[in-house]
Amino acid sequence: MEIDNVVCAFCGCVCDDITVTVEEGRISEVKNACTLGRAWFLGHSSNAHRPSGTVNGRPVSTEEAVEEAARILAQARYPLIFGLTSTYCEAQKEAIALAEVLGACIDCCTSVCHGPSGIALQGVGEPTCTLGEVKNRADLIIYWGSNPAESHPRHLTRYAVTPKGLFTPRGRKDRRVVLVDVRPTPSARAADIFLQVKPGKDFECLWALRALIKGIDLEEDAVADTGVTLAQLKDLADRMQSCRFGMLCVGQGLTQSRGKQMNTTAVFLLVRELNGFTKFAAMPMRGHGNVTGIDNVLAWQTGYPFGVNFSRGYPRFNPGEFTAVDVLTRQEADAALIIASDPVANLPRPASGRLSQIPTVALETRESETTKIAKVVITTAPAGISAEGTVYRMDNVPLRLRKVLPSPFPSDEEVLSRLLERVKELKHA
Amino acid sequence: MLKIVQGEVYDPINGIDGEKRDICIEGGKIVAEVEGAPTIDASGMVVMPGGVDIHSHIAGSKVNTGRKMRPEDHRGDVVPRTNVTRSGVGYTVPSTFTTGYRYAALGYTTVMEAAVPPLTAKHAHEELNDIPLLDKASFPLMGNNYFVLKYIATGEFQKVKAFVAWLLQATKGYAIKIVNPGGVDTWKWGKNIESLDEKANTFDVTPRQILTTLARVQEDLGLPHPIHVHCNNLGVPGNYETTLKTMEAVEGRRIHITHAQFNSYGGESWARFRSKAPEIATYVNDHPNVTIDVGQVIFGEATTMTADGPWQYRLHQLTGHKWVNSDVEMETGAGIVPYRFSKRNSVNAIQWAIGLELLLLIEDPWRVFLTTDHPNGGPFYFYPQIIKLLMSQDARLEMLESVHKWARTRTSLKELGREYSLYEIAIITRAGTAKALGLKEKGHLGVGADADIAIYPKLDDPEAMFSRPRYVIKGGEVIVEDGKVVKDGLGKTFFVEPAYDEAIEGEIREDFEKYYTVTFENYPVQLEHYLPRHEVIPCG
Repeated sequence: MEIDNVVCAFCGCVCDDITVTVEEGRISEVKNACTLGRAWFLGHSSNAHRPSGTVNGRPVSTEEAVEEAARILAQARYPLIFGLTSTYCEAQKEAIALAEVLGACIDCCTSVCHGPSGIALQGVGEPTCTLGEVKNRADLIIYWGSNPAESHPRHLTRYAVTPKGLFTPRGRKDRRVVLVDVRPTPSARAADIFLQVKPGKDFECLWALRALIKGIDLEEDAVADTGVTLAQLKDLADRMQSCRFGMLCVGQGLTQSRGKQMNTTAVFLLVRELNGFTKFAAMPMRGHGNVTGIDNVLAWQTGYPFGVNFSRGYPRFNPGEFTAVDVLTRQEADAALIIASDPVANLPRPASGRLSQIPTVALETRESETTKIAKVVITTAPAGISAEGTVYRMDNVPLRLRKVLPSPFPSDEEVLSRLLERVKELKHA
Repeated sequence: MLKIVQGEVYDPINGIDGEKRDICIEGGKIVAEVEGAPTIDASGMVVMPGGVDIHSHIAGSKVNTGRKMRPEDHRGDVVPRTNVTRSGVGYTVPSTFTTGYRYAALGYTTVMEAAVPPLTAKHAHEELNDIPLLDKASFPLMGNNYFVLKYIATGEFQKVKAFVAWLLQATKGYAIKIVNPGGVDTWKWGKNIESLDEKANTFDVTPRQILTTLARVQEDLGLPHPIHVHCNNLGVPGNYETTLKTMEAVEGRRIHITHAQFNSYGGESWARFRSKAPEIATYVNDHPNVTIDVGQVIFGEATTMTADGPWQYRLHQLTGHKWVNSDVEMETGAGIVPYRFSKRNSVNAIQWAIGLELLLLIEDPWRVFLTTDHPNGGPFYFYPQIIKLLMSQDARLEMLESVHKWARTRTSLKELGREYSLYEIAIITRAGTAKALGLKEKGHLGVGADADIAIYPKLDDPEAMFSRPRYVIKGGEVIVEDGKVVKDGLGKTFFVEPAYDEAIEGEIREDFEKYYTVTFENYPVQLEHYLPRHEVIPCG
């Protein structure tokens, strides 16, 4: 059976034109997806052999695993709920309700990817648009600290570089593409111009561009040690001012290198000022399929997009205090619930190490580094394959995941909802 | 079942003006009689239908970006969880749960989300479902939509009409919202248009054509609410002429001008800024096809957020405050800029006075409504303060003395002696808005109406009275006692289902697939997933 217009929730591109073929209870073919999306669909269709849950490595039923998880969380003094970026909004809502009842900290992968973009938004705002505006209008695309050819392959072909749009009828021929990065990645092949910045010098380049578009004369020394020349930056500044519609795609090379939110603040200020000359927008290249969704749901329910603490009974926000890496590294969290994420593989060692010292509960669709150390593992149905719900694309456009295959496992939403009820009962008793 | 006895009832739709009446409730509706029902003794209290807000920004992509970008807004206004209610934050852009509770705690039970980009309609519905207690509806943005403009340009009225009906169904929307017609489309290249006869960018159409066509579409489709218009040139000195021309453009068809305060300005510069509220009020008084809401300014913090991208950029340049712009492919735009209305600021003082002038100078309370264009003019929970100013000239004059002198010299406010009665307050906050929205079961207490009721203690100070209802009843159940929420729950979402020629789907499909970045099949809002409690309001 062929199912059209399936939504892929692997990366922030959330392409919704995938055709999936289901044969004999598994996905046998995937059309329109990139290599990452294809692997996501094909790789997820054969996890039925996993136990429903484990407690201390011992296979148990979902109910038993939920019971043990509820006991751990209800007893904890300062639990942490983390992850949530590869599940859908309906499940995320349950997790937030649980955090509120527990007085927990709840944080998502945003704090270790584009949190600095969120902080820059809070500081200076953000001129942005939906991806269709890029497709229809943009004649200058700048990827800065991003390697879309490997991280978001269809960003190039579906949204930003090659597609033909309303005012870009010739597609690639109507656009100039610039890549700024610390090394020539495979994305350089897609670019007309590649600027190799020295690591940690992005801020200096961005600030120099701000000066140049304001007409301030710079000496060559102003950009010394940045890896690029003043002439290169002047050329880029000219292109930025003279394009019809420019788009600066902000990668993790800016958010997770020296300068962090100062880099992204520089980007948003630069783009804001460019709107005095032409139309220009910026957009963080969000990674996980629904990282934008958890930012949104947290924001509408609590006012804040990540790193939210409920220990006083109301939401508080303080990156560096209530963000997962900090809560773990300072050895504060005494229990953790990890949902649809693999922090043991991705967080810095002092933070991930804490997860194996405390009772950790993991909701996961397959084996991961986190499930290996977790005291309780609850296997759930993969979102977008065996569970349906809402996800948000990197430009905040909502789409609905479909269920294309049945699963023997409950969805994240079902497990979290049961966990919430059990925790309420235990807290009440 | 419930019976409210001995209350002083204000139910303008049924002509009841402060008479003692008993109100009977059964099955969530007002009924003629109930036997053996528990009673609420409302002696010494005022009984009104639940409030109906005709224009507010409470849910969706732009509101949520407003929340994300303003941690400073939330920090000082925290709302702990209780045994009944969820936690949250307040101030100008409250979290969803807090929004529902605060409206309910004022005696409001129905609220309109006034600007939804169709592409992100699922987002708006997701948030509406997280706004407890209230009944809601949303207005999809259409005044700069590619297909609307295209079919106006080609002179194919029937296609505009079919497309609008299709879009209302696809978004589960309620009314046609128009924001800076043509101007937002033009903003996609960084420009704006300034008159009703200037051409927009993508197609050769003018704001006048957009307004007249959509007003005709609304009439032909029999939609319950007229076109809901945010005029061109919002916020700009001298814009009252554009507002007058906008009202004239629809040639006698129904039109609702929203947050008219922001469009009633005279003077050709900020230095010559003055009120033209009397000119706007005179036009409204003479033209029964027009309704307005005011968009009253509240001194203090606000977060301005509109689909009017060029205006928001201009406000950013004026203030230097942080700025979000977010253009939405094929449809609309959005801008957000935090703002603070100051009593000492000459322009702000005039803006504050203009809202009150409109409310006092428009004679027919059925055609002028109380809003703050939340959170653009200020938060909705300041409505009781405005009610006090309307009911007491002394209170008005006292406040007028405390603001910049231009409010006294460049507006007519100090000369206005009118004082609203409770009956008129009930009209501008519930009966009139329900009627203008075409919500026949809201805004009144007659048999068959939804049992949404606000019971206020009768106090000399209207601000205190309307700030803290003794009881609020929603769908027959007590949800608020003494200003505190005592019951949580989910309200309904209203939408319309106008019939259309299905050929339009094939007609728009080619351009849709070429220029949108989502597939045609994934675009519509699915009723079963996004409107768990809903009611279709009939057209025609």
